[in-house]
Amino acid sequence: MAKRVAIVGTGQTFHKSHRPDVNGQELINEAVVKALADANLKMKDIDAIVIGNMDHFEGINYVDCWSVDGSGGTMKPIIKLTTGGTTGCTVAIGGYHLVGSGMFDKVLVIGWEKNSESDTTGAITTAFDPVWDRQVFAGAISGLAAEAQAYIARYGATDRDGARVSVRDRKHAMNNPYAQLRKEVTLEEVLASPMLADPIHLLDVCPRSDGACAVIMASEDTAEKICPKPDWIWATAARHTYSYLGDADFGRLTSMKEGSQELWKKAGIKEPRKEVDVIELYQPYSFGGLIWIEDMGIVGPGEAPRYIWDGNTDMGGELPINPSGGVIATNPIGATGLIRCAEAAMQVMGKAEGRQVPDVNFAFSSGFGGCFWTDMILHGKKKPK
Amino acid sequence: MAEKEHIIIESGDAIQPFAYTVGMYGSKFFAELRDNGRIMAVRCPKCKKVYIPPRKVCGECFVEMNDWVEVGPKGVIGTFTILRFAFIDPETGAQKPVPYGYGFIKFDGADTLFQHYISVEDEKKIKIGARVEPVFSKNPTGSMRDIEYFKVID
Amino acid sequence: MDRAAIIGVGMTKIEKSKVRDTFADMAWEAVNKALADAGMTIDDIDNVVTTSSDFWDGRTISCMAVGDASGAAHKNVTCVEGDGTYGAFYGMTRSLSGSYKTTLVTGHSKGSQSISSLITNSAFDPIYERSLGMDMVTACAMQARSYMHRTKTTPEQMALVSVKNHGNAMKNPLAQLPMNITVNDVLKSEMIADPLHKLDCSPVSDGCAAVIIAHESVATKFKQKPVWIKGVSFCADSFFFGDRDLSRVKSLTEAAKKAYAMAGIKDPKKEIDVAEIYDAFSYQELMWLEEMGLADDATAGKLLEKGDFNIEGRLPVNASGGLLSGHPVIAAGLYSMAAVVKQIRGDAGGFQVKKAKTGLVQGLNGLGGQSHCVWILDQEK
Repeated sequence: MAKRVAIVGTGQTFHKSHRPDVNGQELINEAVVKALADANLKMKDIDAIVIGNMDHFEGINYVDCWSVDGSGGTMKPIIKLTTGGTTGCTVAIGGYHLVGSGMFDKVLVIGWEKNSESDTTGAITTAFDPVWDRQVFAGAISGLAAEAQAYIARYGATDRDGARVSVRDRKHAMNNPYAQLRKEVTLEEVLASPMLADPIHLLDVCPRSDGACAVIMASEDTAEKICPKPDWIWATAARHTYSYLGDADFGRLTSMKEGSQELWKKAGIKEPRKEVDVIELYQPYSFGGLIWIEDMGIVGPGEAPRYIWDGNTDMGGELPINPSGGVIATNPIGATGLIRCAEAAMQVMGKAEGRQVPDVNFAFSSGFGGCFWTDMILHGKKKPK
Repeated sequence: MAEKEHIIIESGDAIQPFAYTVGMYGSKFFAELRDNGRIMAVRCPKCKKVYIPPRKVCGECFVEMNDWVEVGPKGVIGTFTILRFAFIDPETGAQKPVPYGYGFIKFDGADTLFQHYISVEDEKKIKIGARVEPVFSKNPTGSMRDIEYFKVID
Repeated sequence: MDRAAIIGVGMTKIEKSKVRDTFADMAWEAVNKALADAGMTIDDIDNVVTTSSDFWDGRTISCMAVGDASGAAHKNVTCVEGDGTYGAFYGMTRSLSGSYKTTLVTGHSKGSQSISSLITNSAFDPIYERSLGMDMVTACAMQARSYMHRTKTTPEQMALVSVKNHGNAMKNPLAQLPMNITVNDVLKSEMIADPLHKLDCSPVSDGCAAVIIAHESVATKFKQKPVWIKGVSFCADSFFFGDRDLSRVKSLTEAAKKAYAMAGIKDPKKEIDVAEIYDAFSYQELMWLEEMGLADDATAGKLLEKGDFNIEGRLPVNASGGLLSGHPVIAAGLYSMAAVVKQIRGDAGGFQVKKAKTGLVQGLNGLGGQSHCVWILDQEK
């Protein structure tokens, strides 16, 4: 019989733009040690490891094998999953299936990146088809700008609407000691920051970071013994919709729409806006915070700007989004999706400290990739049926 | 451990050269572009969607496509941005000249978008829906560079 | 725990260079062959795992190239990086976790597009090792040397692995290098990295393989008689060569031990009827056999000479021709898995072995086999 699965511990590094004081294995180890401490477990208790990053940021082939001194994978099963920006959420979904299958009772899930070790835009550009896409592509930002332009043209949104999202996330980051960028900004500062790719200003986008995150998952057989209030995984979904970037429906995130509909259906959620209590969205730029919550069905098409201006997604609002400060404050790419998962788990477990949203029953976390793919997880306080 | 010196090991100019397969569909596309200045796409026999770049499989219908159609060369801007920050182009190792127009072009007759440069001489003209045409290279070699860029025509 | 079975397999021919085919073209061919083999349509598949390597493909998010051609549109999909046996492992857990019923697993690579030694050089640690210019061949040459030193295995015995496997490939229409060669031919071939001659090494190859894994509740609903997954495990050794005893592979021993235990196998030498194992280099077949307990320590070379591992022998090993006869990295383990599935179904054609109730498949990741994945497949549930 399939097992129900819960998150019983999380750990992350203090994320920085550059960590020359540690090599990759040591960075990974920082997160692993913290997750083990959080769950009060030892490495010998771990039955298997799932790890992920994006290869070309560090240029290390077979990271599963190379990482074992940091991950604790020596003489254990270790497997690597990688799907681009979605990787961090992909590895969490991997941990879920490894435990859920009954093959392993306790699985350690790791996402990491040392973005400082290469030119991030150059490395992301190599993500796209070498023959068709690569010549004109300019890293994740060019595709995102094309998405934002299309959304603006379709719904009449403005760059002020985008900037409002950035102001929110940067304010939230003040509550998170792990965030890389902890500086409040005003709407005017966002709009006055340099234009990178129309309509995206510098302060609309994420930084690049060095960081790692680790999450420990356990089956229903032991989860509640390890952790009195574990974070139960209710459902997962992933859509990797396109082979070529030009196939995308710019202005709408089809992968989020299809995936979230599946997620709500699996969990029996009818009104996500009312039933979900907090969202940790992999939102590397401000406009995604508008477009994608419409695709999630939180609000209708074109309605996100009003909803966000009214403060509904701020701390204390109806549905706080990115209490951690989100990706705009911290982005070690291969870890980023898993940080969303860990932050959502902390909200459910009541461990989010200064960024805690009260009484979280359901939390949503996601991973996003520049190819407009989305992976997602629904977390819950109660044990799933 | 007390913090002393942080040593960095540089990879230098180490590269991993690749010979990327274009495949039969792409080869036909680039040969037509090079020899006849024609833009070729494929149509799905089931959903009738016209795909560019041409490829074997319609992902929606999971069927093989063999129905070639000429599209463009004129089209409209599907969406775009203007890149204003400098970065290292991994294709050349040199800094990319900015600003440059980056567009998703919807060729007349095609259903998917084709990425390319858009001339930014007059930025005000660059809008979603603006009509564009390609400026072909004088020395075509059978690659994406056989189109130099697209320019707005009205 | 619930059970899962393999209910369909499909592979492209392994070739030196498939210059006419993109990754998507190869995936399209392998996936359709697997669906036809299983008697399924793409609508019968409820989730997809593609297996690829960003390094081998020369592209970050290499899985992006094959999604459409693997029928992943509107389905849950993900990507494993590493040998196909690891992709299949994850695919199996997705069929057992209660989330899905039928997982399509693919693996692809095209060695022809890159310079292999540069790709495998980047598997070495960038700080301490890479600048020494090591690659997979030199790493494995060192391992071969330490294995020979410990076990007294001879160059002739290693060469005989190559002779056997290239000979077996004569009966496998998908193999890249069917060859009728002698031990002398191997020993006279160019010395690549002492003690490995050219014919001790697998070739550079292109190929894609697909397998379909089903939860027990649907495993008998389709055309094929299911081949049951009885036991499976994987395990990684230390990374730095200096931390490992290169003449031993304790991660493989551990993975095999756990796979046998799960399958209820007490005496693998007697209970395993057929094996496809990761012979990227000739010595590896002998070394892996010993480490998995399919031959006693330091005896595999002698048993090979006796004919034990021939198609008609006590334990046919790499009856398909193995990876020495065609080695599309990443896809490799799925080719081995498909070969064992066909043996167990009695579909292996020219390389069918006499008795094939229980089979073993081995895949690996990393330099000199740092991480291993061992599968026990069986005719019976």
